[in-house]
Amino acid sequence: MAQLPERPSAWGGLSAILDTPTKQWTVTAVLLAAMVALPFVTDGYITVIVTHALLYVVLALGLNIVVGYAGLLDLGFAAFFAVGAYTVGITTQYFGLNFWLALPLAVVFASIAGIIIGTPTLRLRSDYLAIVTLGFGEIVRLTARNLRETGGASGIRGIESPWIFGYHVQSNIDFYFVFLILAVLGIIVSVRLANSRLGRAWLYVRHDEDAAEAMGIDRVRVKLAAYVVGAIYGSIGGAFFAANLGAISPESFSFRQSVEILMVVILGGIGKIPGVVLGAFIVILAPEFLRGVGDLRYFIFAVGLLLIMLFRPSGIWPARSKR
Amino acid sequence: MSLLDLKNVSLSFAGSRVLDNVDFSVPAGKIVSLIGPNGAGKTSLFNCITGFYKPQQGSISLAGTETVKLKPHQVTRLGIARTFQNVRLFREMSVLENVMSGQHGRTSAGVVDAILRLPRQRREEAAIRGVAEECLTFVGITEGWGREATTLPYGWQRRVEIARALATKPRLLLLDEPAAGLTSGEKEELIDLIRRIRTERDVCVLLIEHDTGLVMRLSERISVLDHGVMIAEGTPKEIQSNPKVIEAYLGVEEDSLDL
Repeated sequence: MAQLPERPSAWGGLSAILDTPTKQWTVTAVLLAAMVALPFVTDGYITVIVTHALLYVVLALGLNIVVGYAGLLDLGFAAFFAVGAYTVGITTQYFGLNFWLALPLAVVFASIAGIIIGTPTLRLRSDYLAIVTLGFGEIVRLTARNLRETGGASGIRGIESPWIFGYHVQSNIDFYFVFLILAVLGIIVSVRLANSRLGRAWLYVRHDEDAAEAMGIDRVRVKLAAYVVGAIYGSIGGAFFAANLGAISPESFSFRQSVEILMVVILGGIGKIPGVVLGAFIVILAPEFLRGVGDLRYFIFAVGLLLIMLFRPSGIWPARSKR
Repeated sequence: MSLLDLKNVSLSFAGSRVLDNVDFSVPAGKIVSLIGPNGAGKTSLFNCITGFYKPQQGSISLAGTETVKLKPHQVTRLGIARTFQNVRLFREMSVLENVMSGQHGRTSAGVVDAILRLPRQRREEAAIRGVAEECLTFVGITEGWGREATTLPYGWQRRVEIARALATKPRLLLLDEPAAGLTSGEKEELIDLIRRIRTERDVCVLLIEHDTGLVMRLSERISVLDHGVMIAEGTPKEIQSNPKVIEAYLGVEEDSLDL
């Protein structure tokens, strides 16, 4: 009985290949070194698109907690991304707040938004929840589009980028490292949550709500926690996104955006962290590398996605190597 | 002094009465069985006690605390644990993780604790694990803790479910047909396990069971439910000779009860 397989972990099939800490640390170190070296060995264009992919890693990790861990289908995740971006935009532009003061505010507002939308809806079954979140996403975008404070359709411009210890973070390479750090932190937090009391509770509730309740788990509270943590990821992504571009407009937070983030999670493998990271890189980088074929790239990309879903319905990342 | 008390409990679904003015109690320190023909309302009664169903009238209390208004997780935290008629272990999770779920309501680490992994959180994790390991060992599962729980043989899954319920540190344990699908050898082990739960852990046991031989050997009190009405209550001997009980059973399935 000792030789029987362990249950699949958040790392998916990776745990079978990288079975010793030494191997794990080696691979992590090599990957990290490659990421650090990347902007110095490639051109500026690659740096910018990989930065964009890293932003998607952060957003998708957040959505992965909601969809992957807690099993709640959220079609309006871009709303939290928007709340983060607009909080930074408005508070720095109109109230002259420092970015580092605006950031915690963005987190607080996104959490409040998460609680407001989550409290009445998390009692719903997942298909209803999907519709409500879709509506919520649109409400946030349309509000941003129509309010004077959010700059209407043209959005907010001239958002100042942050300073760290007297250093002005402004070049593309600077922001590349900002998002690299965010992605790494995002991964660490996701892993730690997965292996915690709360992380397990998400899985219990996802697999069997009744049995989870019979074990003393407050399902509404546990789901709300997933929702709020996801919202925080989204808002942090949004805050740095605003600081990076210096300008935001409602169209950056459309339904399409929500779907794209969800696509990253599903494509990579729901609930599997390396899968989500890989998914973000594929969804963002593939269309860029296909630029050579012109408009055909969207077609090729779409066919590729369909094939992946057809042959690997549970995501690219292997669930388990052997069973 | 009774641990669990039900008074005038009535439950209806869409006009049909499932439980009709049920009075029922579980004396402290006893093993009690709830028997009755199929569809008598036994599992519905369990669901009322554990907070999954809300009876339209009546009161249910555990050691004097009213539970009818509580949500299932609050009832569990108060000290009532249960297993399900069809084993319901958490899929894709290990045996140990399944049993660890029982400690959720007895612990408190949240998001910040998980992210920072402070000593307090690590101690709590170790404690949760410790309880789970102890409960698994208690039910006789000493290996294969890392296995996916739903891949275990059926009889083992039943015991994991009991361990999971025990991990909530209950005062009262409700077992819904714990012997269903077990071999005769496994049934003997189950009888022994239930007795040990009572004597070694000081947990009261209330079980729904169709295996009459097992019920008669194990129970100190038996209550009989038929069509939502509690028709008899007494010691196994009294129940065996109760004409109402014989009638209820003979009317339904003649061979199932060798009284």
